[in-house]
Amino acid sequence: MSTTPAQPPAFTQKKLPLLRTEELMLNMGPQHPSTHGVLKVVLELEGERIMKATPVMGFLHRGVEKLAEDGTYHQFIPHTDRLDYVCAMYNNFAYVRAVEKLLDLKVPERSEYLRTIVAEVQRIIGHLFWLGTQALDIGAMTVFFYTFREREFLLDWFDQLCGARLTTSWYRIGGVERDVTPDLIAQLRYFFKAFPPKIDEYNVLLEKNRIWIARTKGIAVISAEDALSFGLSGPTLRGSGVEYDLRKAEPYGAYDQVEWSVPIGVNGDTYDRYWIRIEELKESSKIISQCLDKLPKGPIMADVPQIVAPTKDRVFTNLESMIMQFKFFSVGFPMPKGEIYCGTEAHKGELGFYIVSNGEGKPYRLKIRAPSFIHMGAFDHMSRGYMIADIVTIFGTYDIVMGECDR
Amino acid sequence: MHQVAEEIKARFHDAFVRATEFRGDLAVEVTREGLLDVARFLHDDPAMDYDYIVHVSSVDWLGEPVRFEVVWEVYSVLRRHRIRIKTRVPESDPVVESLTSLWKGAEFMEREVYDMMGIRFTHHPDLRRILMPDEYTEGYPLRKDFPLVGKGWRDTFEFIDGGNPIAPTPPAPGR
Repeated sequence: MSTTPAQPPAFTQKKLPLLRTEELMLNMGPQHPSTHGVLKVVLELEGERIMKATPVMGFLHRGVEKLAEDGTYHQFIPHTDRLDYVCAMYNNFAYVRAVEKLLDLKVPERSEYLRTIVAEVQRIIGHLFWLGTQALDIGAMTVFFYTFREREFLLDWFDQLCGARLTTSWYRIGGVERDVTPDLIAQLRYFFKAFPPKIDEYNVLLEKNRIWIARTKGIAVISAEDALSFGLSGPTLRGSGVEYDLRKAEPYGAYDQVEWSVPIGVNGDTYDRYWIRIEELKESSKIISQCLDKLPKGPIMADVPQIVAPTKDRVFTNLESMIMQFKFFSVGFPMPKGEIYCGTEAHKGELGFYIVSNGEGKPYRLKIRAPSFIHMGAFDHMSRGYMIADIVTIFGTYDIVMGECDR
Repeated sequence: MHQVAEEIKARFHDAFVRATEFRGDLAVEVTREGLLDVARFLHDDPAMDYDYIVHVSSVDWLGEPVRFEVVWEVYSVLRRHRIRIKTRVPESDPVVESLTSLWKGAEFMEREVYDMMGIRFTHHPDLRRILMPDEYTEGYPLRKDFPLVGKGWRDTFEFIDGGNPIAPTPPAPGR
């Protein structure tokens, strides 16, 4: 009896569709290193193309606006450091300017110049930080080391100025906390003599770099009308060709005393914003050099004893000053009734404070207009149609910091 | 009165409530019903041309008959003037028209107002919580009757000594 030889099993091929076309949902973040903090984006993808991007925020929400209602006006200054923690000085500046507008207080001229110098140093630090991290995100690692070399010098300068590198709290309502020494001015002059060739160093690495151009030109384009409608500000808005800079539109500090110009982009893409930030580095150094030349002599705090805290040497020797100091930091000082909005051109965009006062020593309501938060509103609009790989470029193009975004 | 405020009062007599000027800031309060018309006029009229949205905010006037105040601040980049539009909404019906159709940036800012103060915006494209978790149901943090401390998971801690967190640590067992 012969057995039939074993047959191989019949090969039946199931016909599979070659191309599956369906939308893919992808969570990006909150632990992605290029999200500049903790930001999650839910991407709806078709292939690698982004159809919709929904930012999910609030991972760093600390309730700063609620905390502001509990403390006096002075006690809120250190909280502003923690908003945009890479650029604390400008947050301080924006806040004290808002309170001074509410008080209708004029600060001494030397103080105005010092404020302008330090604010511009902070702007340079912010732009250097942006340039380094944006290039790092895109894949050019060297720029990071170059920019952080200069940033480190300026942070050490801050350290000598006020004892802190990042959370500075140097501005005060009515002036600044302490004066600059001749040594600090000499250091700053030395730095800005050597700074312009260093900007060229960064440009050599990026300006005509084919990868950088391919990754930034034509990415995250927004038209001028849309940018205005979304409330974008700072280099993100000026990249689209809108000439809106609060330092020119509503001058404060010593910005109207010195000569400088506002760089304006054309195409509204990431490359134009990069170019604007590079130009602003040059403009900021111009402003600082002129302010150092013109720096007037005089007091650094306004002479208004009700609003300005007594100096420490008086507090430790004089009973009345001691009582004054105690009252000042526990109860605060009476404020005029009313509400103001005061916007300041920080390096990310318009940082504004809307303060409602009911006449007490604490703000009744304090609203922070944070540029990072408002820029995230345009994220979906600006990222549609691009590839997944462009997402990190689009994050970076706003110069986003989540501490400010989530508050 | 400011020129813009007079223009609003002349055109929208029923909607206009009051105009205030403080430290150079112009604020115009309008009724909830007339808000959208006034805002559309401010956005579209070539003499006004408020094309840039600055911020959307809200104030809780606890104890007043009409409790909440919603604030939109807009600016004209061309004409370099700014205005604050305000409207009051009662606690029983905290609903107001969204201005997202005029200024796109209002979408996120109004979401934040909803999240923090619990004011709902009609015709808003995506009214969800934005900073607080989506499933958060304990209220709206920036309302004045929301406690500053004492809400959250820290209250659920089990302390060793009858709930006193700063009680002295028990002495180490002796020999």
